[in-house]
Amino acid sequence: MFGFEWDTSSNWAFATSIFPILMRGLLVTLQATVLGFFIAIVLGLVLAALKSARLKLISWPARFISEFIRDTPLLVQLFFLFYVLPEYGIVLPAFLTGALALGLQYSAYISEVYRAGIESIPLGQTEAARALDLSPRRTFGVIILPQAIPRIIPALGNYLVSIMKDVPVLSVVAVLEMLNVAKIIGDRTFNYLIPLSMVGIIYLVLTLLAAVVIRQLDQRLPKRGIPLK
Amino acid sequence: MTNETLISSASAAPPADSIIHFDNVVKRFGDVTVLDHLDFEVKKGEKVTIIGPSGSGKSTVLRILMTLETIEEGVIHVAGRPLWHEERNGALVPASEEHLREMRKEMGMVFQQFNLFPHMTVRRNVTEAPVHVLGLSKAEANARAEEYLELVGLSDQADKYPSQLSGGQQQRVAIARALAMRPNIMLFDEPTSALDPELVGEVLSVIQRLAEEHDLTMLLVTHEMQFAQRVSDRVCFFDKGRIVEQGPPEQCFVNPQEERTRDFLKDWLNPA
Repeated sequence: MFGFEWDTSSNWAFATSIFPILMRGLLVTLQATVLGFFIAIVLGLVLAALKSARLKLISWPARFISEFIRDTPLLVQLFFLFYVLPEYGIVLPAFLTGALALGLQYSAYISEVYRAGIESIPLGQTEAARALDLSPRRTFGVIILPQAIPRIIPALGNYLVSIMKDVPVLSVVAVLEMLNVAKIIGDRTFNYLIPLSMVGIIYLVLTLLAAVVIRQLDQRLPKRGIPLK
Repeated sequence: MTNETLISSASAAPPADSIIHFDNVVKRFGDVTVLDHLDFEVKKGEKVTIIGPSGSGKSTVLRILMTLETIEEGVIHVAGRPLWHEERNGALVPASEEHLREMRKEMGMVFQQFNLFPHMTVRRNVTEAPVHVLGLSKAEANARAEEYLELVGLSDQADKYPSQLSGGQQQRVAIARALAMRPNIMLFDEPTSALDPELVGEVLSVIQRLAEEHDLTMLLVTHEMQFAQRVSDRVCFFDKGRIVEQGPPEQCFVNPQEERTRDFLKDWLNPA
């Protein structure tokens, strides 16, 4: 598989021989994670902006969409994108469809992260900016956002990990991410224990690593906002 | 009552020497009437203190002037121009955002909670608006910041962040920040209410110096009666959205005419 052969002579030999194959799967997992996350943070920002629009004609549909996305299973959305869109002439590769489904699902959650982060900034900051006659754009960009970002980033980190853990869902549309690769190895060797255990361990290592990185980041971010020189 | 009659009945120009002029102003929050057909005037260079029980609408007067709250009825003139309205074809229409931006240049405000920008140094707090609103160069703005930080006695703290300063120092930075926009009117909304008692004095003495040495028009909401007596030309006692009594501090604090004022000031008039 992927030009690698497995060696079933011993458990240890089997494990080491399939490790590079699983790594190929992991690469796909990480690619889907990064692409899904990127879609989610951009789309989340758009959703957050639409939801806070003054015009109800804009904010209400945005809220409905956001609620709808959050309250329906990821798998349903994935099937919808994968099987229904082609009927209307939109055919996307499985990988892209999967990343899009992940991004869509998490954009709804992340839009709430943005909203909460921005709303956590005391109203007095906006009022002081207004009293100084700063433009609304400058108030948001230079006063509010730099203070909101340190509150947003740790939550975004947690969602990045969640997305990574949801990538195996994409195996149902035949994306060759890590779990799917492990399952195929199991199907062909009749040994599921070792590849699936390895997937679990690799996930555990990755999430623990991510947790450490997020905690470090959280501690280093200036609590009062990003200093401006 | 239609808007039409409201506007035309209220469009009389204020006296030439008044810099702030409230004419029949009504402000409501839901069912609560905060300002009840208020008439109020401040002359150029005058130092006016507003006292009164909480909920009497004192802070609302300042917040309306700073355009942080809207009004429901009446007309306010600032420096001879309507604040919340614009004149168009001889009639007063609600002000556009550009008009409000223009009007805000007349005023600077100091808040109870300081509201300094915590992620900016003291210098950046003071220079942000002069650079990005008035269009000053960095060097000009820094020189100006130096000048006003000196005035409030904090020129050696310019590179610190607000969190590294005491409450009293933070409020003095906030005063410098407002002054750096060179407003004609300074609004102080309970500037010492959030401070520890031992830090109140340093802020009050800065405000008193400003009052004595500058021809700024000053409007102060405060609970510091002694300070109000020292610093103001006129004291206004507010209750239930109206001015119950006003006059020189000697009158209001020594011999108030109204029952309601006497009642409010009883602890001050007859210390236990």
